[in-house]
Amino acid sequence: MVNGVVDTWLIRGARLPDGQRSDLLLRDGVIAETGARIAAAGAQVLDADGLVALPGLVDLHTHLREPGREDAETIETGTQAAALGGYTAVHAMANTEPVADTAGVVEQVWRLGREAGHCDVQPVGAVTLGLAGVRLAELGTMADSAARVRVFSDDGRCVSDPLLMRRALEYVKAFDGVIAQHAQEPRLTESAQMNEGEVSGRLGLAGWPAVAEEAIIARDCLLAAHVGSALHVCHVSTAGSVEIIRSAKSKGWRVTAEVTPHHLLLTDDLVQGYDPVYKVNPPLRTAADVEALRQGLAEGTIDCVATDHAPHPAEAKDTEWVEAAFGMTGLEVALRAVQEAMVETGLLDWAGVADRMSVRPAGIGRLSGHGNLPGPGVPANLMLYDPAAPREPVDPAVHASKSRNTPFGGVALPGRVVATFLRGTLTVLDGKLA
Amino acid sequence: MNRHLISAGDLSRDDALLILDTAEELARMADRPIKKLPTLRGRTVVNLFFEDSTRTRISFEAAAKRLSADVINFSAKGSSVAKGESLKDTALTLEAMGADAVVIRHFASGAPHRLAGWVKGSVVNAGDGTHEHPTQALLDAFTIRRRLGLRPAGGTSRAALDGVRVTIVGDVLHSRVARSNILLLNILGAETTLVAPPTLFPLAVDGWPCEVSYDLDAVLPKSDVIMMLRVQQERMTAAYFPSVREYSRRYGLDATRMALLPEHAIVMHPGPMNRGVEIAAEVADSARSTIVEQVANGVSVRMAVLYLLLGGAELPGKAW
Repeated sequence: MVNGVVDTWLIRGARLPDGQRSDLLLRDGVIAETGARIAAAGAQVLDADGLVALPGLVDLHTHLREPGREDAETIETGTQAAALGGYTAVHAMANTEPVADTAGVVEQVWRLGREAGHCDVQPVGAVTLGLAGVRLAELGTMADSAARVRVFSDDGRCVSDPLLMRRALEYVKAFDGVIAQHAQEPRLTESAQMNEGEVSGRLGLAGWPAVAEEAIIARDCLLAAHVGSALHVCHVSTAGSVEIIRSAKSKGWRVTAEVTPHHLLLTDDLVQGYDPVYKVNPPLRTAADVEALRQGLAEGTIDCVATDHAPHPAEAKDTEWVEAAFGMTGLEVALRAVQEAMVETGLLDWAGVADRMSVRPAGIGRLSGHGNLPGPGVPANLMLYDPAAPREPVDPAVHASKSRNTPFGGVALPGRVVATFLRGTLTVLDGKLA
Repeated sequence: MNRHLISAGDLSRDDALLILDTAEELARMADRPIKKLPTLRGRTVVNLFFEDSTRTRISFEAAAKRLSADVINFSAKGSSVAKGESLKDTALTLEAMGADAVVIRHFASGAPHRLAGWVKGSVVNAGDGTHEHPTQALLDAFTIRRRLGLRPAGGTSRAALDGVRVTIVGDVLHSRVARSNILLLNILGAETTLVAPPTLFPLAVDGWPCEVSYDLDAVLPKSDVIMMLRVQQERMTAAYFPSVREYSRRYGLDATRMALLPEHAIVMHPGPMNRGVEIAAEVADSARSTIVEQVANGVSVRMAVLYLLLGGAELPGKAW
């Protein structure tokens, strides 16, 4: 926003996801016009030669940490990070302190997001009170609140009680909700530290077996089918999970899934130096899993990329592996990581990226106004990306996020976010907050 | 040699043999009336122990003192660590005090790796979580070499453990002693077989440089060395095995089983032992047992490690 005014912008010569070159005229918060050589007197002109125009990215899985852990992230800094990554909407996970399990908390998060103004913040409600996995939170009240919650998740914990999961899936049908499950069988992962396999055995770290994820996903797919409800699987990390979800989808069951940028690029052998920057839940898996996840995302079995942006203060990572917190930041590098994993490998084109990082996550999150391909009349939530930018090493020190725990520090990733527009207002220009 | 000793796997065959041969040399000096050598005079060795282990700490302390190093014992209990100080801050404190070597024992796998990133001195892993305990493996190799007579009488040699059949029995999954031994035995050319109930192997043990068996009786006649690991009774509650009695019956070494061993075979245990669980008292106290020797050898091997890492002055009477 320049001088607090919503401006008129004329974007010249951008490449749309379908490959067409087009001008885009942004006026009054919508894309007013597309086509060649648009004339618009008084509009600010942005030369987008060589840039891809994507619908503003939508993250289904963000930890903004506010309220409660403002030392790690605030809604202000987290949404700045999101805008810098090309996002126009993020879903704020419920594991805050207090937990987002009441209308009061979700409305507060939603309101703080609006006040910050860098991107839309759509709160996710907890499935169970206090994430304790015992009693349902007031899902309907959160749905009816100003925050209009549609996605419910105990993320960080698994709704492991099968009866409670069944009820939650059934209950949210009344308001077209979806349960986003953190699939982790708790008994099979007691004190688990990393992927169970060759590396964990060698390093003497307690294993987090693939079956602990897959068993819950299989169970939840069956439950969702049984009650005809919508299940969303968070941060799928194993080849076996992809297979189970593929099978569920082939039967027409209402199952969707996400994968994180780090699970598309990184493997468990990175743990060898015991640097907790690689400690994440679910853990980094094997090269075979990475390959299966990429294939799953390419074919659409996995619907979308979600960051699981999980900021932590330095002291939570500057410690022994077993003492360190799980989680990685992701918002500011997600698209670059996806370009590396999916576009450079020929698995997705830019239409595919737009679909997996904006259109589908907006659909799963029941978000209106987001996830629309650029075209006349749609809300002007979009971003401009330079895929040909020279590879630059990721520098955590310059991130807007309050936390520095990216696993990509020093890694030369391709691409660069040039600009982000939220309802026609510039939030990022030239890679900096506008 | 690397600057640190964190994993037995970091040692080359030459490094490992150099440590063992140096330990022989130093052991010989221990028989002299004056045991102390001046080689590490003025150097500071810190024993940083986050886990109670009196025997390992005393062993390192004796080793450092016999080399005339200044020794600081830093136990996590009753210290700033107990008040919530992080490993990093403790490391920076030791660094400021000018520690030339830090010997660390820690409950967390990988703690020595982290420490090595924060201090300039050498880091010696004295046991980290369920990861490794490389000096234990070195003292075990030293003991095997001596007891099996792999060293020509009257001098050090470069004898390794080629072809020696070593059987390690017990909780491999949680054993840092097993991990370091498997790596070092492989480096030295021994043939290692692991025996345990399937629940106490890591999932991917197939890829390890050793054989795996569930049948102790079948392996015993083909063993030159049998190494019994301590079984922690709390493993029972996590369903690794049904009862101590059943474990003992299937995987314990009693006199009847010991009789299946070849005449020359030795019985080892890193200690502390659970007599009557993994090892019967009559086995532990038998002539085959090397358990007390292992303790004595530990000092010589740790002297060699500190001496070589800290680049001490030349040993008098060096024989190679």
